[in-house]
Amino acid sequence: MGRATLRRLLRRTTAGAIGFVIVIAMILTAVLGPLWAPYAPNTPDYAHAREAPSAVHLGGTDDFGRDIFSRVLYGARISMTVGFLGVVIGLIPGALLGLIAGYAGGWLDEVVMRVIDVLLAFPGILLAIAMVAVLGPGLVNIIIAIGFFGIPVYTRLVRGSTLQAKELAYVEAVRAQGARAPRILIRHILPNVVAPIIVISTLQLASAILTESALSFLGLGAPPPTPEWGAILTNAKDDLATLPYMALFPGAALVITVLGFNLLGDGLRDVLDPRMKM
Amino acid sequence: MGYYILRRVLSATPTLLGVTLAVFMFVHVLPGDPARLMAGIEATEDSVQLVRRSLGLDKPLWVQYGIYLNNLIHGSLGASNRDAAPVSTHIMQAFGPTFFLTVAAMLVAIAIGLAAGMIAAVSHGRVLDFTTTSLAMFGISLPSFVLALALIWIFGVDLRWFPTGGDQGAASLVLPAITLGAGAAATIARISRSEMLEVLAQDYIRVAKAKGHRLRMVVLQHALPNTLIPVITVIGLHFGFLISGAIIVETVFAWPGLGRLLIDSISFRDYPVIQGVVLVFALEFVAVNLLVDVLYARIDPRVRYQ
Repeated sequence: MGRATLRRLLRRTTAGAIGFVIVIAMILTAVLGPLWAPYAPNTPDYAHAREAPSAVHLGGTDDFGRDIFSRVLYGARISMTVGFLGVVIGLIPGALLGLIAGYAGGWLDEVVMRVIDVLLAFPGILLAIAMVAVLGPGLVNIIIAIGFFGIPVYTRLVRGSTLQAKELAYVEAVRAQGARAPRILIRHILPNVVAPIIVISTLQLASAILTESALSFLGLGAPPPTPEWGAILTNAKDDLATLPYMALFPGAALVITVLGFNLLGDGLRDVLDPRMKM
Repeated sequence: MGYYILRRVLSATPTLLGVTLAVFMFVHVLPGDPARLMAGIEATEDSVQLVRRSLGLDKPLWVQYGIYLNNLIHGSLGASNRDAAPVSTHIMQAFGPTFFLTVAAMLVAIAIGLAAGMIAAVSHGRVLDFTTTSLAMFGISLPSFVLALALIWIFGVDLRWFPTGGDQGAASLVLPAITLGAGAAATIARISRSEMLEVLAQDYIRVAKAKGHRLRMVVLQHALPNTLIPVITVIGLHFGFLISGAIIVETVFAWPGLGRLLIDSISFRDYPVIQGVVLVFALEFVAVNLLVDVLYARIDPRVRYQ
């Protein structure tokens, strides 16, 4: 993202600017959160278990007396890491497949798109859940699952843009000069596809973070006592009648983060790719 | 029309076959012995052998796939290794609750989404538009389990208006249906707003207004039908997401549907049931997409001749 794009994003789209600020804040929290956290995330303190929010424990404490606010700060690191890695793991093979299928056309395109159709037949997070059921619970497997279920999104997007780009006059000119396919794809077609990839990746980050916390909420994520937002919410669920505040910080952190990425993605779409504007 | 439906069904067939192949391979990519996995961890060596033979796991992979397809056509999905009951029985029992939940959620989503989208479009650029679009963005970003916890706390624990879980008649459907429908409502609101804005700028709307029709009539009779096609696509797409969203919502609300069956089966490593439920979810999704295409052609005849 160039400086000009950033300036346009901040000036022209209020929502995009808000999203940008939230995302930067969340990235800072992921990096520096452990420095800000008043307590260690996993050290039990039974003398102060199940305390309501106070000046000492901003978000209250859980069954083990662990400080919920500190756990949520540490959780930012997990969510952001899993989200980013998951998106990158889906992006690279997905984009490559899309480039190759779109440029080659013919039977190769047909085969790739049929496989993608099958992957798309598994709705939403079902593919991720099925993969974690196969691979077993855990953060690494969640990253793989999130990446895997992102592949068809990128393949379709990049293939579509490649189909358009390869008909452009300058691409034909380069081809007439004898450039080989890999060079054409990487030097001349890929730059055309970057804008939609950035937009979709930002939105995919939101859904990756959602998927990760949903899987953890279902008990398919990292084993306890990992301070993961979805897992903290699962704990909170059991005490909702007596200690409803336990859900407040992890729930808010999750909603704000996902909202931030969604707003930023929408803003970027308006700035980078007006054709996709809703 | 009949020809069009036939063509669409035929073109969905490779996808359907691909789905069965993917689900069939599911157990075979697992590390370890598929027969042992299907029979269960605690099964005796004899029953593992029995499973191996009855599932044909000693035969080549492509023969096994043939057997799997053949069983599938005859409605057999194997037996649960938790209680030895046929997987199809488990699925039949859980299918109804999930179906009702999904349909109820969709109705909630359509009612709220369409109304919100129309209101926002009609008050374009004003406070009401801003409020509705902001709420829709919030709704899209709100994870269903966070919304579920908030609703359970407010309406279940605090106000005691609705049950917080289980299946105790129609009242217990309310909170899960709202939870599941909220995300789809937000998306429908966004799409119908932008479609409505586009339609409202058309000449025939200006004519209708110029003829002195009241705004409400112009919107409902002239604009709404023309916004429905893209909205139906989104509704159809979202039906699939509702199906998978049900996995989380059913787990939170202890709703006895397919989603909860899936999560329970994962914790018991009951692979035959996991395999069956995943297959049913995927087939349902493909079927809904097919239905949307057909509906589409019914509303807009141009689609049929492409």
